[in-house]
Amino acid sequence: MKTAGRMNRRQSTLIFLVCAAGVLAVVMIMGIALEDAALETDFSRTNLAPCPEYLFGTDWMGRDMFVRTLAGLSLSIRIGILTAAVSAVMALLLGTAAAMLGSRADAVISWVIDLVMGIPHILLVMLISIACGRGFAGVVAGVSLSHWPSLARVIRGEVLQLKQAPYILAAEKLGASRIANVRRHMIPHLLPQFLTGTILLFPHAILHEASVTFLGFGLSSEQPAIGVILSESMQYLTTGRWWLALFPGLCLVAVVILFALLGERARMLLDPSSVHE
Amino acid sequence: MILEAKSITFYYRGRKKSPVLNNYSISIRSGERVGLKAPSGRGKTTLCRLLAGYEKPQSGKILLDGKPVTAYRGVCPVQMVWQHPETVVDPLLRLGETLAEAGPVDERIRGALHIEEGWLSRFPAELSGGELQRFCLARALHPETKFLLCDEISAMLDLVTQAQIWKFLLEEAEKRGMGMLVVSHSDGLLEKVCTRIAAI
Amino acid sequence: MKPILEIEHLSIYFTQYDRGIRKRQLPVIRDLSLKICPGQVTAVVGASGSGKSLLAHAILGILPYNSHMDGVIRYDGEELTGKRAEQLRGREISLIPQGVNYLDPLMKVGAQIRKGRKGGGIREKCRQALKRYGLGEETEEMFPFELSGGMARRVLIASAVTESPRLIIADEPTPGLDVKAASRILGHFRELADAGAGMLFITHDLELALTIADRVAVFYAGETIEEAAAADFQEARGLRHPFTKALWNAMPEHGFIPLKGAQPYPGTVRKGCPFAEQCDRRRPDCKEAEEVPLRELRGGRVRCLHPEAAE
Repeated sequence: MKTAGRMNRRQSTLIFLVCAAGVLAVVMIMGIALEDAALETDFSRTNLAPCPEYLFGTDWMGRDMFVRTLAGLSLSIRIGILTAAVSAVMALLLGTAAAMLGSRADAVISWVIDLVMGIPHILLVMLISIACGRGFAGVVAGVSLSHWPSLARVIRGEVLQLKQAPYILAAEKLGASRIANVRRHMIPHLLPQFLTGTILLFPHAILHEASVTFLGFGLSSEQPAIGVILSESMQYLTTGRWWLALFPGLCLVAVVILFALLGERARMLLDPSSVHE
Repeated sequence: MILEAKSITFYYRGRKKSPVLNNYSISIRSGERVGLKAPSGRGKTTLCRLLAGYEKPQSGKILLDGKPVTAYRGVCPVQMVWQHPETVVDPLLRLGETLAEAGPVDERIRGALHIEEGWLSRFPAELSGGELQRFCLARALHPETKFLLCDEISAMLDLVTQAQIWKFLLEEAEKRGMGMLVVSHSDGLLEKVCTRIAAI
Repeated sequence: MKPILEIEHLSIYFTQYDRGIRKRQLPVIRDLSLKICPGQVTAVVGASGSGKSLLAHAILGILPYNSHMDGVIRYDGEELTGKRAEQLRGREISLIPQGVNYLDPLMKVGAQIRKGRKGGGIREKCRQALKRYGLGEETEEMFPFELSGGMARRVLIASAVTESPRLIIADEPTPGLDVKAASRILGHFRELADAGAGMLFITHDLELALTIADRVAVFYAGETIEEAAAADFQEARGLRHPFTKALWNAMPEHGFIPLKGAQPYPGTVRKGCPFAEQCDRRRPDCKEAEEVPLRELRGGRVRCLHPEAAE
C-alpha cells in the first residue's frame, strides 16, 4: 500500500544515510584542499573573535580557526577510515579463525580478545603509539590494534552459530561444497553485521585518535589535528578566548555523532527483520 | 539396500551418565517404512540425526550397505526431513534458490507437492510451515535419495495438508523402492503409512 | 450464560516492507467472531503460520507495533481497550504460551511464578499451584534448563493459574509432547474450565482440540469458516463447511483423503470464497460473490454460500 505524501521509514533512513555520508565526504575533501591554508599565519589578524569573515575566529598566530578545524576534522576522518578498516579486517580474520579452526585456536584467540578488552582503550592506544614512535604511524597502529576485539567477538559468535545452523548442515548433506556454503549461506549473513560493526568503529577510532593527540602521545604539533588544536587552545581558555576550543570541540562531537547515527541507521536497513516496519 | 544402526551409543558432551541412546540397533531395508513411536525425550530426533550422518555416535556404527553413512560423498543417499521446516531453509535466500540447492527439482515432484510458481520468488518468512515443509520434501527427494527419515514432518500441519503430503510420499516411496523411517506421535498416522513399527 | 469474552469482526493487519522501500498491508486475520463462556473450552483450529497466535496477542493487548486491528473485543460485557487489557492480563486474563522459551532462562522457577510479588501468601499460592500439577517444592529452586519438556509446560500452566484467572488463553501448548503427556496437560485445561474459567485453546491439531473442546472454530486463509459444537465432529454429516468436512475426511482414522492445492494467503483471494479453488462442491457463483457472510446453521455458524450442497 502506498502511503501518500509522507515518506516511509526506509526512504527517510536512506536519505539520511546519503546526506550524512555526503557531509562527511565534503568535510574530508575540503580539509584536504585547505591543508596549506590551515598552516598560513597572518599576524595582522591575531586573536579575532568569531565574525562573518572568520566564522570560528582566529588564533594567536592569525590562523583561520574555521580552516584549521576543517583540516583537523579531515585528518581525523581519514585516520578513522584507515584504522577502522585495519581493525575490521583483523576482527574478521581473527573472529572467523576462532570459530573455524577448532577449540584450541578458539581458546587462544578468545584469551587475546579478553586481554585487549581488559586494558582501558586509551591506555593501550597510548602505549602502542609510544612504542611505534608516535606521530601518524603511532596513532594508526595504536588505534587499529586496540579496536578490533568487540567486532571479532561478534563475528566469532555469528560464525559459530552459522556453523550449526540446520539449513547449512542440510545443504552439506545435499552435496553442497564448503565453498558454496560459505558463499551462499555464510557471507550474506555475516556481511550486514560486519559492515555495521565497521561503521560503528569510526566514532571510537576518531575519538581515541583525538584524545591521544590531545594528551601529547599522538600526532605531532605541526599537524592540524583536532587533538592538537584543543590542547593548544587550553592555554588560551583562561584568557577569555573561548572560541579557540569551543568550535573545534563541537565539530568533533558532531562528526562522531554523525558516524554513530550512520552506523545505527545502516544496521536498521541491513537487518533482515526490518521488513516488519 | 539396507540402512543399519549397530549397537550405537550417543550422549551429549559432558552427559556421559545419561546417554540419549544406549546400545541401540535398528535396520531399515529398501521398500520398508518403519514407524517409530515413543514418549518425548527418548532420542527419536537424535536417532534420525545419527542415521542421516549429522552426528556421530560415540560407539557403534551406522552403515548403509555395509559402508559408513558419513563416507558417502556428494548427495547423501540418506536424507532427513525435519519437524520444523523454518530452521532448515536459509532465511535470506529466495525459496527457488533453496529448492535448487542440490540441482534442479523435477517438475513432477514440484507439481505433486503443490509448490506454486509464485512461491519460488518468496522468502521463507513469507510462507507458512506447511508450505516450507513442501520445499524441504521436494529438496530431500533428490534422485539419489534411497532412504528418507521423517521426523514428525506433519506434526505442525493441518490434517488436509498432512494427508496430501503423505499420499504423495507413499506413492513416491513405492515407485522408487525407497526405505523410510517415520517418527510420529499419532497412532492413526503410523498405522496408515508404515509397514512395521519399531521400538526405541 | 453470559459470555466472558466476545470477539466481533476482528481483523488484524501487518505493515511490511517489500524488497527495498515499498510498503504494504498484509491481512492476517479477517472478520473473526467468537464467544467464550465461563466453564467452556473454545478451540480455534488453523494451519500453522496462519496467524492464530496473533489472536491471543490481540486479546492481551500485546500486538506488535507494526500491526493494527479492526473490530471489537469485549471482556465481561465491556470493551477491552489496550489500557484495560494491561490491567487485566496476568490477573484475570492469563496466557499459557507455546513453548519453554517463554521462561526466563536466568531466573529460578519459583521467582518466575511469583512474578516479583511479595507477601500476601504468594509463596503459599505458588507452592500450591506447583503441587496441583505434580511438581514438588524443589521445583521452585530450579532453573528452566533443568526442567524436562513436560515439566516446563506444567510450570507454564502453574504460572498462568496462580491468580485464579477467569479467562485462560492457551496458545499451542503441547507441541512436541507425546499423546500421553499432551492429554495429561489437556486434562488440566479441562479441570480449569470445569472450575469456572473460560478457556481459549489455540491449536493446529484438530484431533487434539476435539478431545477437550466444547466448541470449535475453524480457520481457513485467516477467516473463521465454521464455528460448531465439538459434538458435531463425531461424524462428517454433522459438519457444515466443505473444508471442515475435508479436515474430517483427512484424519488418518477416517480415510486419509487429501485435497488438491494449498490454502491461499489471507487477503490474496480478492473476490469470492477463498476456499473455492480447493472445493469439490464449487458452484459458479462461489468465485463471483463480493462477500461470503458468516451465517447461522443448525446451532453453529458457517461461511459458505451453499452449505446445504454439502449436506
